[in-house]
Amino acid sequence: MSRRLSGFDLVRLALVLAFLYVPMLLLVLYSFNASRLVTVWAGFSTQWYGSLLRNQALMDSAWISVKIGLVSATIATILGTLAALALARNGRFRGRLAFAGMVYAPLVMPEIITGLSLLLLFVAIGLDRGFWTVTVAHTTFTLGFVAVIVQSRLAGFDRSLEEAAMDLGAPPLQTFLLVTLPLIAPAVGAGWVLAFTLSLDDLVIASFTSGPGSTTLPMRIYSQVRLGVTPEINAASSLMIAVVAVVVLAGSLATRRRAWAPAR
Amino acid sequence: MRHRLLRHVAALPPALWLALFFALPFLIVLRISLSEKATAQPPYRPVFDLSGGLDGLWQAVSQLNLLNYSAIFDDELMWGAYLTSLRISAVATLLTLFVGLMLALPMARAPRRWRGPLVMLLVLPFLTSFLIRAYAWIAILKPEGLLNGLLLHLGLIAEPLVLLNTETAILIGIVYSYLPFMVFPLYTSLEKMDASLPEAAADLGATPLKSFFLVTIPCIWPGIVAGCALVFIPALGEFIIPDLLGSSETLMIGRALWNEFFANRDWPLAAALAICLLAVVLIPVVWQQVRAEAAR
Repeated sequence: MSRRLSGFDLVRLALVLAFLYVPMLLLVLYSFNASRLVTVWAGFSTQWYGSLLRNQALMDSAWISVKIGLVSATIATILGTLAALALARNGRFRGRLAFAGMVYAPLVMPEIITGLSLLLLFVAIGLDRGFWTVTVAHTTFTLGFVAVIVQSRLAGFDRSLEEAAMDLGAPPLQTFLLVTLPLIAPAVGAGWVLAFTLSLDDLVIASFTSGPGSTTLPMRIYSQVRLGVTPEINAASSLMIAVVAVVVLAGSLATRRRAWAPAR
Repeated sequence: MRHRLLRHVAALPPALWLALFFALPFLIVLRISLSEKATAQPPYRPVFDLSGGLDGLWQAVSQLNLLNYSAIFDDELMWGAYLTSLRISAVATLLTLFVGLMLALPMARAPRRWRGPLVMLLVLPFLTSFLIRAYAWIAILKPEGLLNGLLLHLGLIAEPLVLLNTETAILIGIVYSYLPFMVFPLYTSLEKMDASLPEAAADLGATPLKSFFLVTIPCIWPGIVAGCALVFIPALGEFIIPDLLGSSETLMIGRALWNEFFANRDWPLAAALAICLLAVVLIPVVWQQVRAEAAR
């Protein structure tokens, strides 16, 4: 339904977009405030970015979060892609319902339950909590998201390409690596980015499953936020917003260029 | 034949992973919810110890009990937390539906070349951290915060309003954080809807409001149901928003569980709370599934 927008429509759009963006803009604006009081404007300053970089605990946590994100997103992408292949290609197989349930359930599961249940598992099998327990937990709750994205790509996929490759004598593994994988690569990439973002963002599951020496960035920020609003956290938040904005814009420019290419 | 075998092999690694790290932990939660709190490491008993053999196992099973569940129903604070969660989630879902329609209706009517950028504008704030989004509202809603500052400056109020650490703040936080989960299903159903239907209603003399309630709403009903489920279910177990924006008096179930686990170290009670929360979450999902099956 495409029509001209009325003035009322434009006002509604503007109001909701303001509701979405004003809090973020204020957050970034006050990260450049010279005063320690977050709500009083006392001139422009970049001092909080400086003190952020000198905050060793925060920097260490950021590095731990990035490492956990890289490792868990990679494992989740491999497992999620395999799960999507199994669900999209096998048709009905024994245990399909149970398998699909396990893949998709973490998507709607409250984080607090996932976190608690994984911690109780780690305690029951006597595993010391640390980097690897958080990584395993993040892999578990993100692999379903990867599976959903890859499966939607496989659903709109031309099967005759795979059949052609096999008719020409390619063994299944070679067909997968040379035909299927390049075709689903954009979805696999998008799944990895989503898994990485979710891992970087998670506070609740990490709080349950981390141990000494594996305090993630959201956990560090959370413990500081509970003590009150500080411009340093505003600066950290602004940097994270900037990174997300750059990644998303670069990604959308890249896909737009690709979308234009075949039109010529 | 070899090909089919290969495909089945593909299911194996994720199936094993999820069985070990998703299904097994649930059984453990269920088991611990039937145990008793103890001042030990780990802080519950009985602990299954395979060295006791079958007799030891039987003894451990016979010690399991439903005390934690009866404790939840006896403790007004605990079942009150479930009721508070249900009430806040329901109100927040309706508010999100209202704001979501404000955004989705003009989005679906916009010229085609605007839609991509509009979707992008909607998604962008939600790729930033959940924690940052709740944090951004603290500075706005504080007694000496930006909103009170603005209202005082404009002379609209004489005294700062108490906004932070109230239920209103929780509602704002949930609407703000979960809006895209509502807007996308609404927008998708609106886009699929036949544009000539509201026009026909208008030609036949329906006012815009009447046409909206009698034509548009029934057409996009599946989108409304999906959006409400996507907001209501995660909001029920929400921890960060009530913790940062709410007060200590409004106890939602996510915080109750967190407190039992981390502050009181009552792991069995926390496990029982998790099982009850899971039941509350599952009821709407199963109901939806049953209705979908019946409609077939």
